[in-house]
Amino acid sequence: MRNKKITRRELLRNLSLATLAGISFPFLSCTKEEKEDFLQKHFREMTTDEKKRLIAKWEQRYQQKYGKKFVISTQEALPNTLWGYGLDLSRCIGCRRCVYACANENNNSRQNPQLHWIRVIRLKKGTLINLENSEHYYDPKQVPEPGFMYMPVQCQHCENPPCVKVCPVHATWKEPDGLVVVDYNWCIGCRYCIAACPYKGRVFNWAEPKLPPEEVNPEVHYLGNRPRMKCAVDKCTFCIQRIREGRYPACVEACPTGTRKFGNLLDPKSEIRYIIENKRVLRLKEDLNTEPKFYYFFEA
Amino acid sequence: MVGRYTVAQMTARLNRVILLFLILLGANDPALAIETSQEFPVPPPPFSEGMFPCSDCHASMEVNPKRRELKEAHEDIVLHHGETMRWCLDCHYAKNRDQLRLYNGELIGYEQSYRLCGECHGNVFNDWKAGIHGKRSGYFTQGKRTYLLCAHCHNPHDPKFKPMKPEPSPHRPMDKQHAK
Repeated sequence: MRNKKITRRELLRNLSLATLAGISFPFLSCTKEEKEDFLQKHFREMTTDEKKRLIAKWEQRYQQKYGKKFVISTQEALPNTLWGYGLDLSRCIGCRRCVYACANENNNSRQNPQLHWIRVIRLKKGTLINLENSEHYYDPKQVPEPGFMYMPVQCQHCENPPCVKVCPVHATWKEPDGLVVVDYNWCIGCRYCIAACPYKGRVFNWAEPKLPPEEVNPEVHYLGNRPRMKCAVDKCTFCIQRIREGRYPACVEACPTGTRKFGNLLDPKSEIRYIIENKRVLRLKEDLNTEPKFYYFFEA
Repeated sequence: MVGRYTVAQMTARLNRVILLFLILLGANDPALAIETSQEFPVPPPPFSEGMFPCSDCHASMEVNPKRRELKEAHEDIVLHHGETMRWCLDCHYAKNRDQLRLYNGELIGYEQSYRLCGECHGNVFNDWKAGIHGKRSGYFTQGKRTYLLCAHCHNPHDPKFKPMKPEPSPHRPMDKQHAK
């Protein structure tokens, strides 16, 4: 047996060739789309030009998939805005109109998985604090039921969001206007954020979302209601695609009792500021120091 | 020096003067300071079909202010709104049924009915004006949001909000019956 001595140069060459082959193998074995998606940059690190190309790519893809002309907005946060939400607990009757209006507006998966961003919980009157004993599968013939109150819970858009803190890849962050958003393509699906959220504000696409093409809403925001993919986490964005244009969120428009209020916390004339100044407000689980921007209030 | 101004500049100056004049007028005259219907853009009032204008029938009828069971028309109306101290003509103007009457005798159209409601329900009226009570839609920037009249949600003759059927409950995680 010949004791062949491998030179340093040969070793390095062979090693690097092997590494190159190893790296390129997955790229040769996947489709062009998957390759593009894998190499796509983090949304916040893209230049304007890259964003433009990205939008064109996704618009084309969505058109192919759903047969509708999509308009994907990347509108940035408006200056001097901090979005806040108000919800009147003495007025909510638990009719769930908001739940379905939200799912329709935001292109949520309809069945298997059925993903809702709003969860209306039912509490016995006098047990507001006792969230553990709440029920959100209630199904009576008519609401409101005597002796119960209803409390819709959705993403609270915390100023100090635990979900953002735990994300290992920075796929979720707080925008300058206070919205907590997700880059669905950057998300790796580890669901740490779901575990960290004390409000159950996030849901997970356990399977390829099922969204009938005729029910698709083609006016979308890249960080909001564009159709998601399997293994992405999504959540309420206060309808980022609407509010950055000055429109009320879909849940506000759907509520038949006028329970839901929305506005800019930095604008002293806004509805939400009126509520904070004139009503008795509470924030959910204040003791956790998450500083939610979602204010529940009562009629005096 | 006038010759240095263009027509557009002159118009702009004139507009500013007119605007200032209007503002001063509004500040001095209490009648103009009252909210106009334009300040609270509302959709048309929710009349039952074929009912308005009321004067089509009422103009030729004699006024009967007596409390009674309505038999010939409006049988569907059951007053359930402070009924012990109120009857039709407390709100509807007797001489012209197309209008409503405030306490101070001022006559208003149905599209301003919130002012009538606000006479008793002052706190709610304040909240409504601020956009807190009742539903708003459209754009939330001041001026572009759409209000609803009180009567769009509350039947003025029976204002209590009626129970309704809730949308279906979400699927439980173990629910296989919905599988498709």
